[in-house]
Amino acid sequence: MTTLRALIALCLAGLASVAMAQSSAKLLPAQSEIGFTSKQMGVPVDGKFKRFDAQIAFDPKQPASGKIAFTIDLASVSMGAAEVEAELAKPGWFDSKKLASATFQSSAIKAAGPAKFDVFGKLTIKGNARDVVVPVTLTQAAGTTTASGAFVIKRLDFRIGDGDWSDPSLVGDDVQVKFKLALTGVSPL
Amino acid sequence: MTSSPTESTQRHAPRYSAVAIALHWVLALMIVASFCFGLYMSDLPFSPQRLKLYNYHKWAGVTILALSALRLLWRLGHKPPPDVAMPAWQRTAAHAAHALMYALFFAVPLAGWAYSNAAGFPVVWFGVLPLPTFVGADKVLAETFKSLHALLAYGLAAIVLLHVAGALKHQLIDRDGLLRRMMPARGTR
Repeated sequence: MTTLRALIALCLAGLASVAMAQSSAKLLPAQSEIGFTSKQMGVPVDGKFKRFDAQIAFDPKQPASGKIAFTIDLASVSMGAAEVEAELAKPGWFDSKKLASATFQSSAIKAAGPAKFDVFGKLTIKGNARDVVVPVTLTQAAGTTTASGAFVIKRLDFRIGDGDWSDPSLVGDDVQVKFKLALTGVSPL
Repeated sequence: MTSSPTESTQRHAPRYSAVAIALHWVLALMIVASFCFGLYMSDLPFSPQRLKLYNYHKWAGVTILALSALRLLWRLGHKPPPDVAMPAWQRTAAHAAHALMYALFFAVPLAGWAYSNAAGFPVVWFGVLPLPTFVGADKVLAETFKSLHALLAYGLAAIVLLHVAGALKHQLIDRDGLLRRMMPARGTR
């Protein structure tokens, strides 16, 4: 058991050093936002996640060798009303007591224009994995790099809002995800 | 069909215009229904049913607001039939009740609209037409508008009861044919 643990620690350290070697960036959570907009009977309703973390190894000059991993704490969802948040924690929605986090793992990053990149990868929520393409625009100022973008996911692909709530005329299937991430340690564009 | 002279003069007594009569009854129906929906839905647990009812209620409220604007314009351009004979205090009370009801036809839906906005939900008429948001999301303000909306709605309900009681008194006790002025035409005019 201890050998196994030591082995895992060693592997993790190895992985970390590989990431370090590749100009790893650090997320500044206080200045970052991850939000989403869903439609309830045509009414746009905004929400956001308060806790998330990222492991980012990315050089804008060599996007192909970059790696981005993301973890979002689904229990940290905020939609402005306590009763909505309590509802979202239920198994039909995020099931956040059992499956606390959503993850994203990039598989490829491609340049898509000046300071623009397409990040291909897998988004996993509630054990359902889907391929997504996340367009990212970078801006840099005073040592901070801001990565922003938006993309649309289908909530039913991830079984978010199962059962009673599955009717997309009640809660739209399309959910727009928006993010603005402040990073340090990204090399200049 | 034979009728007494008084009934025949009543039948030919001036009536409200057809548009005013139609608006009166359509709005009466919608207001009573919205009031009952409002009472019922606010106690429901979080559910698709509740989401639906809230949205139907908001759509109805905005429709009531729009029809009331139309009704007020019509009323300003078309004199109602002259008052039937009654004591001065009753005349004053009736006119005051009418003025107050008109004010509440606007105040109740507007307070509800403000409540929805303050709670973070824009109103999208019939799920299609997004309406302006005139109050920013604010939990304290939402509670204030919620109470105001309820208070004004109960006020309107009270005056409507008074209005119905007055109409029934004219019909059943005074027997002065007042109700006929607001009844849909049946053949004879």
